[in-house]
Amino acid sequence: MTLLSQGVQNFLESFRKEGLHETETVDEVGNSRGAGMLQIDAKILINEEIAPERYKMVLSAPQIARQARPGQFIHVKVSDSYTPLLRRPFSVHRVEGQKIELLYKVVGKGTEILSRKKRGEYLDILGPLGKGYWLPAATSRISDIILVAGGTGVASLLFLAESIAVPNSELSVLVLIGAKNREELLCEGDFRRLGCRVQVATENGTRGYKGLVSDLLEKCLPLSGDGSKRLVFACGPPEMLKRIGEVSRKHRFPCQVSLEERLACGVGACLGCVVKAKGSTYTYKRVCKDGPVFSAGELVWE
Amino acid sequence: MIRKAKQKPPNLTIDLAGISLRNPVMVASGTFGYGEEYAELIDLNRLGAIVTKTITLKPRLGNEPPRIVETASGILNSIGLQNVGINAFIDEKLPFLREYDVPLIVSIAGETPDEYVELAKTLREEKIEGLELNLSCPNIKYDRKLMFAQDPKATHRVVSRVRKATNLPLIVKLSPNVTDIAFIAKMCEEAGADGISLINTFVGMAIDVESGEPMLHQITGGLSGPAIKPIAVRMVYEVHKSVEIPIIGMGGIITAGDALEFIIAGAKAVAIGTGNFVDPRAPIKVIDGIREHMIKNKIKDIKSMVGSLKCPKGSL
Repeated sequence: MTLLSQGVQNFLESFRKEGLHETETVDEVGNSRGAGMLQIDAKILINEEIAPERYKMVLSAPQIARQARPGQFIHVKVSDSYTPLLRRPFSVHRVEGQKIELLYKVVGKGTEILSRKKRGEYLDILGPLGKGYWLPAATSRISDIILVAGGTGVASLLFLAESIAVPNSELSVLVLIGAKNREELLCEGDFRRLGCRVQVATENGTRGYKGLVSDLLEKCLPLSGDGSKRLVFACGPPEMLKRIGEVSRKHRFPCQVSLEERLACGVGACLGCVVKAKGSTYTYKRVCKDGPVFSAGELVWE
Repeated sequence: MIRKAKQKPPNLTIDLAGISLRNPVMVASGTFGYGEEYAELIDLNRLGAIVTKTITLKPRLGNEPPRIVETASGILNSIGLQNVGINAFIDEKLPFLREYDVPLIVSIAGETPDEYVELAKTLREEKIEGLELNLSCPNIKYDRKLMFAQDPKATHRVVSRVRKATNLPLIVKLSPNVTDIAFIAKMCEEAGADGISLINTFVGMAIDVESGEPMLHQITGGLSGPAIKPIAVRMVYEVHKSVEIPIIGMGGIITAGDALEFIIAGAKAVAIGTGNFVDPRAPIKVIDGIREHMIKNKIKDIKSMVGSLKCPKGSL
């Protein structure tokens, strides 16, 4: 398969290490601090529509490709004008050699401008940013991994799947992909090619399970083996993540969620993107720096 | 043939209220965290000065999200002065910043004049170069209605009391949400301030028309970014005419051209705020751009540009 980047190798190493505790891993796995975030002009190699309003962009960004870990993101300046003013964050979807891939949906002005960018143009990007997915305390070896993706939430989960499914064939990876309809289902083939088992859910029932992917997760649970060896990673819209957080609490398995949030600085300075987290009363954590990946159990869902 | 002597590099250094700056380009409070967030991306030692995120006596959680919304050429924020509190700032944040060779100006805010005094006293023994009194945070209302900087008497009272409590250079950050900012700046000067930071954010709001709800949880917030720049430049121009103490101009600066407008209007130094979010390299680009402008126009010293506005004949 592809050569694994340094970032992914580090991720895997930490993934195999035992005795890491959730709180301790925060700075060891996936946090950009120390790994060095960069601001570079990245050349656009590909920018193509792969499904209605869904685009794949490939950028040449050697240093970021080397360091990026699953769950981290880059912050893209989409316009040289002040419309829009702020950068737009995108999860790293894949890393291949010196290239990074993004998967995005056109949802507003920023992504609309991005979708019109041509091959050969350059983009001012910051990255890799944020804390990615990590492995919680491995008292018993995790053998049963479930990835739950909603909509373009598949973006970061494919990078994660490529990191864990390729070299660890003994690991069972089940991927649940949800979308509104069959046209909007993304990356099913990519996950299958990695050897993952895949089930899909569509809200209108045009493919797979009819309903929400969070319901599909609950339905799959009794069949997916020993709960103590289970670990769930989820990325998608807030309602879906909230629901999956509830399922994880009810069935008592560890679950990490990657939040999507509008960001200003992207580096932890402005405190604009906070989410409520548990504390003695509660506290605020920065999605861009303390996340975007959080343990579902540490967040206060409202 | 007589060879033209090579032009000496322009002088960008300034003395700001008793603080020596290698160039007049600072980063504004609240947009640069405690420095560490940006240290990987730019060389902090190139900055004129760093103004840290506003510190209060006790840690503050800040406001409920959503805290930020993007608007036309600007952003509205209601962070709510989330900060670690003065003790944690001194113990955990200051040592990192002190590893750099860059002047530090610590922004402080309180809910009463006593709190400002206590903060100033606490910082007296620390290795910092100056204080910035944030009298203009839309999130702190001293009588539940007004910010300090909206009341000339309250402004005078706070500044004169802090003045007695510290020998550090004292800069006051004013609010643009007033009818006569020049008068309030004059109050600060009379009360013993060494400099004026102009301006903090404009109170504004944005509404989601589908839901009919405000875009910010706190309903209103502070508007910053290029949208406010022309008003900020005008306020610097007005204040420059009424006070002798130096002005630090800010409000939507992203390019060297933006910074030069403020300087020509009367600012001795400038600060990049929201521009840091747009481009972390903005302060460096502004410094380089100012230098290039000076070389191109054969300007030897930045100080000669401060307040150098050429008013058309017959203008007011």
